[in-house]
Amino acid sequence: MNAPVKTPEERKAELQGMGDSRLRKEDARFIQGKGQYCDDIKLPGMLHMDIVRSPIAHGRIKKINKDPAMAIPGVHAVLTADDLKPLNLHWMPTLAGDVAAVLADEKVHFQMQEVAIVIADDRYIAADAVEAVEVEYEELPVVIDPYKALEPNAPVLREDLAGKTEGAHGARDHHNHIFTWEAGDKSAADAAFANAPVTVSQHMHYPRVHPCPLETCGCVASFDPIKGELTTWMTSQAPHVVRTVVSMLSGVPESKVRIISPDIGGGFGNKVGVYPGYVCAIVSSIVLGRPVKWSEDRVENISTTAFARDYHMDGHLAATEDGKILGLKVDVIADHGAFDACADPTKFPAGLFHICSGSYDIAAAHCSVKGVYTNKAPGGVAYRCSFRVTEAVYLIERMVDVLAQKLNMDKAEIRRKNFIRKEQFPYTSAFGFEYDSGDYHTALEKVLDAVDYKALRAEQEQKRNDPTCPTLMGIGLVTFTEVVGAGPTKMCDILGVGMFDSCEIRIHPTGSAIARMGTITQGQGHQTTYAQIIASELGIPSEVIQVEEGDTSTAPYGLGTYGSRSTPVAGAAIAMAARKIHAKAKKIAAHLLEVSEGDLDWEIDRFKVRGNDEQFKTMADIAFAAYQQPPEGLEPGLEAVHYYDPPNFTYPFGIYLCVVDIDKGTGESSIRRFYALDDCGTRINPMIIDGQIHGGLTEGFAVAMGQQMPFDEQGNLLGNTLMDYFLPTAVETPTWETDHTVTPSPHHPIGAKGVAESPHVGSIPTFTSAVVDAFAHLGVTHIDMPHTSYRIWKKLKEEGVQL
Amino acid sequence: MAKQIVKMNLNGQEIEQLVDSRMLLVHFLREQMNLTGAHIGCETSHCGACTVDIDGESVKACTHLAVQCDGCDVKTVEGLAEGGVLHAVQEAFYEEHGLQCGFCTPGMLMRSYRFLQENPNPTEDEIRTGLSGNLCRCTGYQNIVKAVKSAAVKLQQKESATA
Repeated sequence: MNAPVKTPEERKAELQGMGDSRLRKEDARFIQGKGQYCDDIKLPGMLHMDIVRSPIAHGRIKKINKDPAMAIPGVHAVLTADDLKPLNLHWMPTLAGDVAAVLADEKVHFQMQEVAIVIADDRYIAADAVEAVEVEYEELPVVIDPYKALEPNAPVLREDLAGKTEGAHGARDHHNHIFTWEAGDKSAADAAFANAPVTVSQHMHYPRVHPCPLETCGCVASFDPIKGELTTWMTSQAPHVVRTVVSMLSGVPESKVRIISPDIGGGFGNKVGVYPGYVCAIVSSIVLGRPVKWSEDRVENISTTAFARDYHMDGHLAATEDGKILGLKVDVIADHGAFDACADPTKFPAGLFHICSGSYDIAAAHCSVKGVYTNKAPGGVAYRCSFRVTEAVYLIERMVDVLAQKLNMDKAEIRRKNFIRKEQFPYTSAFGFEYDSGDYHTALEKVLDAVDYKALRAEQEQKRNDPTCPTLMGIGLVTFTEVVGAGPTKMCDILGVGMFDSCEIRIHPTGSAIARMGTITQGQGHQTTYAQIIASELGIPSEVIQVEEGDTSTAPYGLGTYGSRSTPVAGAAIAMAARKIHAKAKKIAAHLLEVSEGDLDWEIDRFKVRGNDEQFKTMADIAFAAYQQPPEGLEPGLEAVHYYDPPNFTYPFGIYLCVVDIDKGTGESSIRRFYALDDCGTRINPMIIDGQIHGGLTEGFAVAMGQQMPFDEQGNLLGNTLMDYFLPTAVETPTWETDHTVTPSPHHPIGAKGVAESPHVGSIPTFTSAVVDAFAHLGVTHIDMPHTSYRIWKKLKEEGVQL
Repeated sequence: MAKQIVKMNLNGQEIEQLVDSRMLLVHFLREQMNLTGAHIGCETSHCGACTVDIDGESVKACTHLAVQCDGCDVKTVEGLAEGGVLHAVQEAFYEEHGLQCGFCTPGMLMRSYRFLQENPNPTEDEIRTGLSGNLCRCTGYQNIVKAVKSAAVKLQQKESATA
């Protein structure tokens, strides 16, 4: 008996294509403890590397005595900068055009800086040997405050740059100055302010925080001295770029360098950079001819590998008396630590900070960012955001609130008044970004209705008037726009390599497929979602599509996963590669059906002869024919590669609203409600989108309410374990409500914009907006993060709030 | 370094191993027994990625010595499925999207496994408190809480089916 004919709806559902909340393909291995993370890799003869680190933040190395360490049985080598000098590997280039010490060369510049490495039989012996290495230091004055670093008589931090008045991004006017970068039109902005009836200014510090993925950084380097080949498993968000850097540094031809990013236990920007630990493990493996593993511990991770933020910002808005914004000016002092090791596209030392005009139609704007050296660890990465977009969104959203308070306007009303209107897209901002699409008004009204904003305001009013009320109630509102998907190669590159991304798809004779990508998942679920794009484009069930990433020997070159670029760039590459296959498949179908291509229609998983549902060839039929009997003139096989250079960034947006209740007596805050509406354009897997949003909101909650990296005057980092550094547990974490609108990107092949970072970017100012709002009736316009109970309690006392 | 013989029941199998007396349980499991499911996230008992089950209690293997397990019953995530059938908590984490990068997952599963024996019918608040020794950086816990609730139902159904 023939199987019943499936309806088109049934066939479509079986594909589990775009829009399907398909369960994740990667989960089977993770729930059974069979993921393969870097530290799980064990090779025959493998040695362990550990790092001797500086206890002080600034000083000269007088002497290093390796002997006691070398005397420990099982220790194979102790290496210092002097040992790396003959290889010219004691310094390395950073992604920001600066150099960074691999091992401290005569001087240490921050606490926990890498001073020497030991290689031993196992991690315990290596740890013993680290303790046994004797290092003598001469302490030097420490500079922690970037403003003090710019004083004329401030200590010179980077003696290696003596006399260099030109940096990678223009003139340096002080020995601790890295760059000054500007965007927008200063004279236009000045003119807008000169004539404006109302101006407001606010200083704010975005604290130094750390992405702190649950898995720390590490690698296993394995150099084969006979073949001259180097294979390195590495916790990297950008394995192809690392391969290029490693080849440049080591002199090993790129064809003999293989970087493999295995399963990665979260990245959040922390795993973009090339760190001294990786370089040292590779050098050790080359020198010793044996595999060498390096696994960072948590203290090392928080103390040394890529922090984020640390922006000291002065924002200014000019406006009319009825709240129409006329101009924006921003000045930033950016604390980059001891080496400029931000991971930004080359031309943008402050990343995409100039998205700071936000969702608003502002005619004149200017920003200036000054990068400064201090005695802190290097970094400045995008912690779950596109380059410096979190700082930009925080700045503009805070400033709009400050202006609203000055004008006694409602937060929602001032935003309505200044939004870029739907019909203005594509909209070119005063900073030159071309926003692709948006409908901010519709999204805002949806959120205000969903939470009954008027009722919330009425409740707040009533509570403010009730002296017996034990809590202060605050309502935070943020209406943000992100710029993600870096990026067009005409604007964006890393070390000269354009920020395209890539996909290679092969359809096998029996109709299953493999796709290899230049990106690398760190929990985003690429193996699930990328397959869904192919399923919808080519009519092959997701279930039989394998997605592989992270091995530079098999995957096409790509720039990696960060800055919400996987879906906007690699997702587009998939669709384009699939469309090449689709075009060839159509020729084969026409040949098989003996009609012209023009007589065929595509339906879900098959080409049909127009007007005759019985005459069709499915993609599975076509795949087999491609290997068996391709039409004359067409080469056999069914595969395609596409390198996608996006014409523009994408601009996801969202409207977030938060209600916080603050205990007047203790300063404890409780997030009563958090409503997050996101518009990421076309939605590929709603389940995964919601999961990404929950995670991003939770990270945003952590940043706003508790994360910070405080330093004392001597440069000691006062919180570098999970005892001190705030990662919320299930108890503190609020329950999230999610919602969406869909405004596809007009320039993206499937209309998708990227989503995973929006909740981090958007939620942080929402929490601040809510906390400040709780104090707004007392005239408070801004409170710096983190909003810990102690800091809120101090504010309650300062403002004389009585219980 | 002094070595000791340690005998334990590991995932249902009696084993006898020579270990350094200072070796942490998590390194013993991962490096000596090649059970890499338990992960190291903090070395200070905060993150719970290394959570295993010892004699009916959740234990963080990063701050527990292997020699302390002499004579104990130790279960790791690799021993959770039985006879090729996933445990209810494994099924539920998959179905409710209770994991993303997967690094915290073995610890979360082992804690959930024990927690649901301590409290077979928990409220949301009880789940949140019960899992508060395990950190996740990806999920925001919302789907983990859903997964634990769902696993509780599954386990109860299983119990009433066999009763």
